[in-house]
Amino acid sequence: MNNLLVLPMALPVLAGIILIFFRNQIKLQRGISLGVSFANIGIAIYLLNRIQEEGILRLDFGGWEPPFGILFVADSFSVILVLITSIVAAICLLYAFSSIGKSHEKMLFYSFVNFLIAGVNGSFLTGDLFNLYVNFEVMLLASYVLIALGGKKIQLRESIKYVVINVLSSWFFLIAIAYLYGSVGTLNMAHISERIAESGQTPLLTGISMVFLTVFALKSGLLLYFWLPGSYSVPPTAVAALFGALLTKVGIYAIIRVFTLFFYHDPDFTHTIIGILAGVSLIGGSIGAVAYKDIRQIVSYNVVIGVGFILIGLSVGTQAALEGSIYYLMHDMIVKALLFLLAGTMIKVAGSASMDEMSGLIRNYPLFGWLFFIVMISLAGMPPLSGFIGKVLIGQGTVETGSYVLLALAFLSSIVVLYSLLRIFLNCFWGETMISFEDEVPMKMGWLIPCVLLSAATIGLGLGTEVFAPYVSDAANTLLNPQIYIDAILYDK
Amino acid sequence: METLITILAGVLVTVATYFLLSKSVIRVILGTAILSHAAHLMIMTMGGLKGGVVPLLDGEEQGPYVDALPQALILTSIVIGFAVTALSLVLAYRTYQETGTDNLDELRGNKHE
Amino acid sequence: MKINNVILRTVTRIVVYIILTLAVYLFLAGHNNPGGGFIGGLVLSSAFVLLFIVFDIETIEKAIPFDFKKVAALGAFLAVGTGFGAFVFDVPFLTQAFGYFNLPFFGEVELTTVTIFELGVALVVVGVVVTIILSISEDV
Repeated sequence: MNNLLVLPMALPVLAGIILIFFRNQIKLQRGISLGVSFANIGIAIYLLNRIQEEGILRLDFGGWEPPFGILFVADSFSVILVLITSIVAAICLLYAFSSIGKSHEKMLFYSFVNFLIAGVNGSFLTGDLFNLYVNFEVMLLASYVLIALGGKKIQLRESIKYVVINVLSSWFFLIAIAYLYGSVGTLNMAHISERIAESGQTPLLTGISMVFLTVFALKSGLLLYFWLPGSYSVPPTAVAALFGALLTKVGIYAIIRVFTLFFYHDPDFTHTIIGILAGVSLIGGSIGAVAYKDIRQIVSYNVVIGVGFILIGLSVGTQAALEGSIYYLMHDMIVKALLFLLAGTMIKVAGSASMDEMSGLIRNYPLFGWLFFIVMISLAGMPPLSGFIGKVLIGQGTVETGSYVLLALAFLSSIVVLYSLLRIFLNCFWGETMISFEDEVPMKMGWLIPCVLLSAATIGLGLGTEVFAPYVSDAANTLLNPQIYIDAILYDK
Repeated sequence: METLITILAGVLVTVATYFLLSKSVIRVILGTAILSHAAHLMIMTMGGLKGGVVPLLDGEEQGPYVDALPQALILTSIVIGFAVTALSLVLAYRTYQETGTDNLDELRGNKHE
Repeated sequence: MKINNVILRTVTRIVVYIILTLAVYLFLAGHNNPGGGFIGGLVLSSAFVLLFIVFDIETIEKAIPFDFKKVAALGAFLAVGTGFGAFVFDVPFLTQAFGYFNLPFFGEVELTTVTIFELGVALVVVGVVVTIILSISEDV
């Protein structure tokens, strides 16, 4: 019995519901939310080790055996993502404690964060396509509320666009599911994979795969990222960090899962298209990242660049490249959360979001300044930090297959990332001190500690690559050999 | 029958697209509601529309069952659509209260603020 | 402003009970026939909404002093809680059980754990629908 598998999703849901009853006991709310995140970290580590010994785990809900019931599946890839999600969520919660404000906390903020985490974890763990849709919706509904919570004019304005664009992409998701169900007659992911392998990937199925790609591209901000900078720059910092770290990553996970498990038979067409989309979003994201002076916009465009970079690994599709994608995905979740937290804190202490109106912050807040330096070189991919290994492996993959255009784009974009952040660093942290020591906003420990923890995580991930290596290579191996997944679900009674 | 319903779904999508492209927020929300119903019809059609008895009941009726799965999917997706529509209506109402307009052109957002 | 709508009020007084009965019937029929927690909950909440429309919101809130947000939360707690029952009995998550019991007066009855789950769903639906209606109608 693997009932443990459902906990990363069920615990946050239960916690979120219980918190509704204790709306005014803020201490209790904080305690429960943090406790759930820590419990999830523990569960994920335990599951990860069990998978190495026993292979892919699954939990059939209500005892209905696949392909008839819905189920949760834990392979290394999903559980690694659950682990990082829980870590990032715990740290963002820590940041929220001292920044989000009483009015938010009383408006059930922690409940909705828990629902968001439940949706994200559920999306990673589910083994059923329709269940994936449901988990997406759980996550999105929570995110709609979180974006609008607070009710400022600009939040409401952006939330309407965010809701409409997501409802539209959910509709495409439903249509894609309907088409796929009409052609293969099943919704269990392993069963779909097997049926497609039996019938061969007909042009019709390839067409359906493109509908799926559209959906997940919209959700992850691959090429279709026009909605992203607006909606990610309006919510409070802790929420923006959660969004930047988690939401687009769920879309990326879905793309990787769908195109390694179902539609891997015609890579010349599908994976080339993913490569083109990734390349174009690298270019678009790079232009956006250098074009703006608003820090929040720059940071949001950096998310787009990250998405493009990860999917280059998928489009190349060798073992090395996929491992690189997984490393980079882990790295990106941690570092983007850190970047959003730092940017939000900068705006809070400087009182403005524009680069022109900040200067010399490093004199007022030295530790804070160096944290920004760390995140900058980590995103650029300097060796001891976590961005390095992912970039090397993706680069290795592109060289192996001779996709030199993607290689060039990937590494040019790294330079743009470095440039865009260096610009912030030079403008805002160096130069003349703008805030006099008298009217300096005191840096709360509650803001600094989460940033320090995330920086420690990126350094830890970089130095501890050896520790993660067996898990990541197992994850990539399962992605490359769908038969392992199918056997574990359908033929392991 | 399947063809007819598919065409009907297409008509609904057309109507919904017209609504989605209009400037009033409330019309856009109605558009999303109609859009999701088009998708439900589509799922229903994909499971086959005729031929079969009520599934999972050992009654007097014998014969092949209809596919029960699309119906379960639609029920789930109706509930989700219901929640999303309700949420976006409340959101639109709050936005209207706060900004005093339901015209999407005026909700665009620009540099001068 | 108050409209003294005699016909609507009189009819509502009777019809509400019919709707409530129908809701309970649909809820219980749902185990083997069309119906269930969601539909039952919707019909139930339509009765509440009718009351809110015909009489004042204040009047009804005095008569039915529930915080409907809490009702929704309680329902969700019940529904998710039945899933967690599986941990106690060491069976897969969301496993359902049923049995036949001889109850006095009712005779042999099939009791299932799904009914608890469905009750949760019904409460969620009632809570959510009424909350939405109330929050939109608050300041019209």
